[in-house]
Amino acid sequence: MVSPGGAKSLPLILARELASNLSTAMFLLDAAGTLVFFNDSAEILIGRAFAELGEISAAEFGEVLALAEADGTPLRRRDTPAGIAFLERRPAHRVLLATGYDGTRRLVEATAYPLLGANDEMHGVVSVFWPGAAIVAGTGAGS
Amino acid sequence: MKARVWGCRGSLASPGADTVRYGGNTSCVEVRLESGHLIILDAGTGIRPLGAAMDGESFDELHIFLTHLHLDHLQGLGFFRPLFRPAADIHIWGPASPVQSLADRIAIYLSPPLFPVRLADIPARITFHDAPEDGVTIGSATVSAASVAHQGPTVGYRIEEHGRTLAYLPDHEPSLGVELAAQPPSWISGHEIAQGADVLFHDAQYGDDEYPNHVGWGHSSIEHVVGFATKAEVGMVILFHHDPYHTDDELEQLLVEAREQCEMVDDTVCLAHEGMTVTLDRDGVRVS
Repeated sequence: MVSPGGAKSLPLILARELASNLSTAMFLLDAAGTLVFFNDSAEILIGRAFAELGEISAAEFGEVLALAEADGTPLRRRDTPAGIAFLERRPAHRVLLATGYDGTRRLVEATAYPLLGANDEMHGVVSVFWPGAAIVAGTGAGS
Repeated sequence: MKARVWGCRGSLASPGADTVRYGGNTSCVEVRLESGHLIILDAGTGIRPLGAAMDGESFDELHIFLTHLHLDHLQGLGFFRPLFRPAADIHIWGPASPVQSLADRIAIYLSPPLFPVRLADIPARITFHDAPEDGVTIGSATVSAASVAHQGPTVGYRIEEHGRTLAYLPDHEPSLGVELAAQPPSWISGHEIAQGADVLFHDAQYGDDEYPNHVGWGHSSIEHVVGFATKAEVGMVILFHHDPYHTDDELEQLLVEAREQCEMVDDTVCLAHEGMTVTLDRDGVRVS
């Protein structure tokens, strides 16, 4: 967990307001890559509530989620939809496996896109998640 | 610094017998700095009488800070007499756009058929700037801007001079779709502009009973402005951007409601009116 940052930019604030009013699971990263918010629906994937976790550094978040391709091959953060949106400033979509804080590994589909401001400056990344074809309990894909 | 309100009506100029006490001109606030520099916040119809009052006054430069380009914040610009002085050095600041320059966007209004004079034909030397999100020093003050929640690109401004701060958020809906009281300050639109300000001019367009029919229109209810000012721990909040349909009597009823909801003492919550002056200096804050 990291200390809550300073004032959030308006695009990030508006994205959070949107996320708060949706049943679609949504994560928000800020311009530093910190996970600054996820909505109630995303708790199912994370395994804990945002109010419990608070803001999470990119490093910690990546380590916990242990993202992998659908066949279990580990995925580098830069190759995840959020990583592509953040580093390459373009939208990306992928089916992947993610492990929550509760240890459950889930198959999800993720779409991420960057929040670029009026001067093309980076404000953060929105990641939207849908359940994949199956939810796999335990620590290994398909186990 | 000394601020004077030349227009505090929202949306549309509203002259008439029912609005004489608080005024019908749209947003414009003159801010005179200790260094003598002149800052003008918004160019609603209130900037016309301000310009007339400047007849005969010489100045090296002046700065007009536009919060956004809705007509009630822009309509007076073409009638601001200093624009027609060939030697005038005028700087206009406004929200950035990825599509068009500030000058091009303003020229949509300042050109036929909407206006007889083209922006390019205005005699004064005009320089356009994106709103200073990183702050800009003007004379003895620093002016900074931040994007805020309204319809379309909009900013609020914070003016700091010798330890005193004036914040200006005339069009602002800080809690769209969420409960303001439950939000951490860092997640509230405009909070960094208003935080700890001695004086906050803030949107107060709707009564609490009116707001449910105007959600998403980009303006605040009385509950919002009181809650926002409380969270920002401002010294004084001045209710601004009065609805064009609100009469003077109705505005005074809204003030009563604001004071009832507010933990601040009564005279630190007040209604903006044309001619109101607010002085912020080493001795404190004085309103007249």
